[in-house]
Amino acid sequence: MAHYENPMRGSSLEVKVLTERFGIPNVEKLDVFVQHNGYEGLRKALTMTPDAVIAEVKKSALRGRGGAGFNAGMKWGFVPRQSPKPKYVVCNADESEPGTCKDRVLIEYDPHQLIEGNIIAGYAIGSHQGYIYIRGEYRYLMEILDRAIGEAYAAGFLGKNILGSGFDFDLATHTGAGAYECGEETALLNSLEGLRGYPRVKPPFPAVVGLYGCPTIINNVETLSSVPSILRNGGDWYAKIGTPNNGGTRLFALSGHIERPGIYELPMGIPLRRILEEVGGGVWKGKKLKCVIPGGSSCPVLTASEIDVPMDFDSLSKIGSMLGSGGVVFIDEDTCMVKAAWRIMKFYAHESCGWCIPCREGTAWLKALLERFHGNGGMAEDIDTALDVSYNMLGKTLCPLGDAAAMPTISILKKFRHEFEEHLKLGSCPFEARGSESGVRVSAGVAI
Amino acid sequence: MADPITLTIDGKPVSVAAGTLLIDAAKQVSVEVPSFCYYPGLSLQGACRMCLVSIEKMPKLQTACTTVVTNGMVVHTETPEVKNARKSMLEMLLTNHPLDCPVCDKGGECELQDAVFRYGAAETRFLETKIHEDEKKFSNLVYYDRPRCILCYRCIRVCDEGMDVNAYGIGFRAAHSEIIPNRGEHLECEECGMCIDICPVGALTSGTYRYKTRPWELTYTGTICNHCGDGCKTTLSVRNHEVIRANNRDHSGINGEFLCVKGRFGWDFVNNPQRLTLPRIRRNGKQEESSWEEALSLTADKLKSILAAHGPDSVAVVGSNRTTNEENYLLQRFSRTVLGTNNIDHHRTADFSSLVGALTAAKATDRYATMENIVGAKHIFLIGNDPTHQHPLVAYQIRQAVRQHGAQLYVISQGDIKLRRQAARYLQVQLGGEAAVVSALVGASALPNNLIAGGSEAFGAFAESLKSAVDLVILFGDAIRGDEVRTMVRWGLSMPGETRFAPLGDYANSRGAADMGMLPGNLPGYAPVTDESARRKFESAWGQATPISSGLHIKAVAEGIEAGRIKALLVFGSNPARTFGLSKSTLAKLELLFVAELFSTETAECADVVVPATSFAEKSGTFTNTFGQVQALKKTMRKAGTKSDLEILLALARLLGHKWSYQSADDVLREIIALVPGYAIALPNLLIGRAVATRPEGTPPPLEKPDLIFSSRDNLFGSGTLSRYSWALNSVDEARKPYGHEF
Ligand SMILES: Cc1cc2nc3c(=O)[nH]c(=O)nc-3n(C[C@H](O)[C@H](O)[C@H](O)COP(=O)(O)O)c2cc1C
Ligand code: SF4
Ligand code: SF4
Ligand code: SF4
Ligand code: FES
Repeated sequence: MAHYENPMRGSSLEVKVLTERFGIPNVEKLDVFVQHNGYEGLRKALTMTPDAVIAEVKKSALRGRGGAGFNAGMKWGFVPRQSPKPKYVVCNADESEPGTCKDRVLIEYDPHQLIEGNIIAGYAIGSHQGYIYIRGEYRYLMEILDRAIGEAYAAGFLGKNILGSGFDFDLATHTGAGAYECGEETALLNSLEGLRGYPRVKPPFPAVVGLYGCPTIINNVETLSSVPSILRNGGDWYAKIGTPNNGGTRLFALSGHIERPGIYELPMGIPLRRILEEVGGGVWKGKKLKCVIPGGSSCPVLTASEIDVPMDFDSLSKIGSMLGSGGVVFIDEDTCMVKAAWRIMKFYAHESCGWCIPCREGTAWLKALLERFHGNGGMAEDIDTALDVSYNMLGKTLCPLGDAAAMPTISILKKFRHEFEEHLKLGSCPFEARGSESGVRVSAGVAI
Repeated sequence: MADPITLTIDGKPVSVAAGTLLIDAAKQVSVEVPSFCYYPGLSLQGACRMCLVSIEKMPKLQTACTTVVTNGMVVHTETPEVKNARKSMLEMLLTNHPLDCPVCDKGGECELQDAVFRYGAAETRFLETKIHEDEKKFSNLVYYDRPRCILCYRCIRVCDEGMDVNAYGIGFRAAHSEIIPNRGEHLECEECGMCIDICPVGALTSGTYRYKTRPWELTYTGTICNHCGDGCKTTLSVRNHEVIRANNRDHSGINGEFLCVKGRFGWDFVNNPQRLTLPRIRRNGKQEESSWEEALSLTADKLKSILAAHGPDSVAVVGSNRTTNEENYLLQRFSRTVLGTNNIDHHRTADFSSLVGALTAAKATDRYATMENIVGAKHIFLIGNDPTHQHPLVAYQIRQAVRQHGAQLYVISQGDIKLRRQAARYLQVQLGGEAAVVSALVGASALPNNLIAGGSEAFGAFAESLKSAVDLVILFGDAIRGDEVRTMVRWGLSMPGETRFAPLGDYANSRGAADMGMLPGNLPGYAPVTDESARRKFESAWGQATPISSGLHIKAVAEGIEAGRIKALLVFGSNPARTFGLSKSTLAKLELLFVAELFSTETAECADVVVPATSFAEKSGTFTNTFGQVQALKKTMRKAGTKSDLEILLALARLLGHKWSYQSADDVLREIIALVPGYAIALPNLLIGRAVATRPEGTPPPLEKPDLIFSSRDNLFGSGTLSRYSWALNSVDEARKPYGHEF
């Protein structure tokens, strides 16, 4: 299934939990998977009470890998124990954040691990139906998953009375149509229900009122894929791999101007500088680093002086950025940050669902402003206007997409204001004037 | 009820019911939180972000329209942060807004203009190119201008949730999002124009109003729709004696913001150039224009000679079910005293008489249902009517009741009516099955299986489900009449709680026609003409005697004309040629056919004298809706050449030697209030625009013939003569769909 170059480049710093089976021939087949501890986590879980499973996941300090980093066990705990309505497990495989491409390999190389995680989650919250919502562009992964799900049914890991435990669980895949916004959990639920992918007003939260108005947990592919090993090896074991409150490993997708872009499984809390230098092989072509987007395009950028930060949710939050979805984009010294800001905004202006005023109008405005600015039509007041418009979006939108558009923009406008001013002084782009390549490449397929 | 919630808004303490939204709680202490997407009664959107407020202990601003109040909440709506948020929302909204206010229909009554005036900034920092889209014509009545649209989604919701039509969706994405018809390029819908009314800006405009005027050039008069028996309040916007628009401007009354297509657009018959404006007299077989004096004195002279030669019962009168109560009352007085005959009838579209009789006999005249009872009902039983077509406001209110507080709807009908979507229980019957089901419910007769789809099993399940109903509101159409009304009332009153009843009759004043005694067998207020004491009351007020035996109903009148016994027929606002199938040759047998009409109808074409009458927009008076609620009609304009039925009757009475002292409709109304049982209403309530309920009480004579009661079965776009002369109603494709078509 090689549609592209193998992104798993390998590194001695890797700690293989999620990727432990990657590379084993035919491990996407159930019998091979089972030979390598496959479905052991599920067997273990079925011997425990649902509450004990949730407690174990809480103990592991596993935090959501979809972007927000919410404690997975805690989220499961919000689902009402007793519910007259059915409950649902929804796996978010909409992976669309620019710079992010790790869910794809988890599904492609080890689909049964994800299936196992879904079943355990279902057992924990008392759900009998799960859905895996896959982004439209990942349609080919559906074939892989559907085949694996078929095998799991045949072997009694899915369906009625799983492994003789009396627990029933069904799992189905569903594809989106290619909207970034459909990765937002409530928009995803609408899309899954066949509605337009608009987000919902919260509260109520999905744990109480989710799919078809029923209690629902929504977790990222990587989050659920981490669950089987937690059950197998224990929450404490998993928590110890990372830093406090940031258990385990995560897949970092390194892209941009580095020597060895690729996907690497690294322990939580590993300093960004080590990722750049020891894993990614340093900035390409011997150039200097200008900045890093640490967790997908929604995160405020870090300057070269900020890269000693440990890569975990809390440390990044402390310095005003986010770990996000694990897509780390390195940007070299020759890159025009005005153009980078414009390119990022172009993405959000295109992907805004259009539901609420500040995001719909704000992203369109900023995109046009930045495009004009970079195209030599900038004026001095534009910089403050852009900042103010971004702040007027921040925290005022219905869903976090508006924030996701505002945050990187604010950080670039503040940290690289001098580049904007240089454009004004020169009357043109200083980087293009120097003839440098000013584009940024990211591996999620979106060329910035 | 749960304990109230106490919170503080801008320093003012407020107590509200649990579950109240912050935006509504704020109103109670006169704090206005601006909003676009929030609309009371429709689902919450959180889309416009105009209502952001600061709540202590919350890190971010919160939308007041989605926040449910909690005890001890401390809210600030005027902090610099909140003010800046509002201003910035407006600044962003205006980035792609065309600002063509000088030519926009909404200019002067636009919520966006008002919000910018109050909360916005005078200057913009937006220097980019605006996104432009050309205006689209969704139908002959609805146009859409994307650049003006602020995407508040009110139109979509009122169409989905209010109308259950689902005509609108959203196309494209981000700043290119736009409102689109769900079915292709055009709207296929009920064309009610609710979307236009609810649109806060000039994005949705009306095919009949757009680019015609500025709102401040209009005079506004609150009055009542003239099309169906629901009696929606409406405001006619008039310029230079031309009606330009209708909407219920202050959203008050029994219909709130609701008007159906007929109410919103179908008033245009008033402006139709085919309106009669000069009387006509038949000379040598041809109608020729004449003066009013000539037409009326000719009529009076002919009447005099016919009365002298053949006696009072050689004359018959057909009244209208859309003229005012005052006109109807005068017409029956005219018939009974000036002519001296009880030969007066009208197109009866529901059996109001039998309901009055049944409730009076059961001492339950407090059980007439009002329109408001539907909105508040928990259980509604609908028999033999399709309100979507025949009573659009009733349909709307039933949907509100079901959607907003889970009312249970039980439906018995012949066709698969649209309200079946809201029905908890549905029973399909054949012609005549409605009445059979009612008798079977009360156990009065065995169930005729062949009349019910699903037979006794379906009936059993239906009857069983009704057992849990309390406080039923029973709405019945023309299939339930005469004895069946009594049976139904008996069954209904045996149900737990307070069962209420309303007959669903067509046209604006069918109820008023019956209440005012435009019937051959009873006086105003339903006392039989044979009841001496009732007769005395009117006779002493009028100073004149009235005939003591029942007159001829309309079918007997038809036979009388045919047999040569009836020599003169006076028709006011009715078209018996069409309604009762009176043929040209039958009508030709009359010595005098007098017609007061708006248009040259089939009947008017045969007349010896036709006089041009005023329409509802050109006169004052009252209508009684099918629920017995009286509302005031107000004169909004003049139509040169026309006279109201009231003026015509006063003139004719004078020419026939009777001195009536009425100066205006008000004088007649005061007499009605004083004399007509059930109509002792409080005038002030009427004058401030309320729908005032009546409770008629009486023992009318039994229904002479079942088929005297029949609905016109107009569809949503029809209402007899009036709709035939409405450009708007005939302009929409949907008007050509058969009766019963669902949207
Ligand atoms: C605009 C937007 C896009 C998102 N896209 C994704 C996505 O593609 N995949 C994902 O797992 N989470 C995405 N999220 C986060 C989800 O809303 C949600 O937080 C997540 O799926 C929860 O799973 P987790 O707790 O396992 O991270 C997105 C959020 C936003 C606001
Ligand atoms: S912030 Fe608003 S417009 Fe943007 S994606 Fe979310 S809901 Fe849609
Ligand atoms: S057309 Fe009017 S009502 Fe509909 S979304 Fe636009 S502004 Fe709102
Ligand atoms: S429901 Fe009846 S009264 Fe109301 S607007 Fe329509 S036709 Fe007029
Ligand atoms: S009124 Fe609250 S978001 Fe629109």
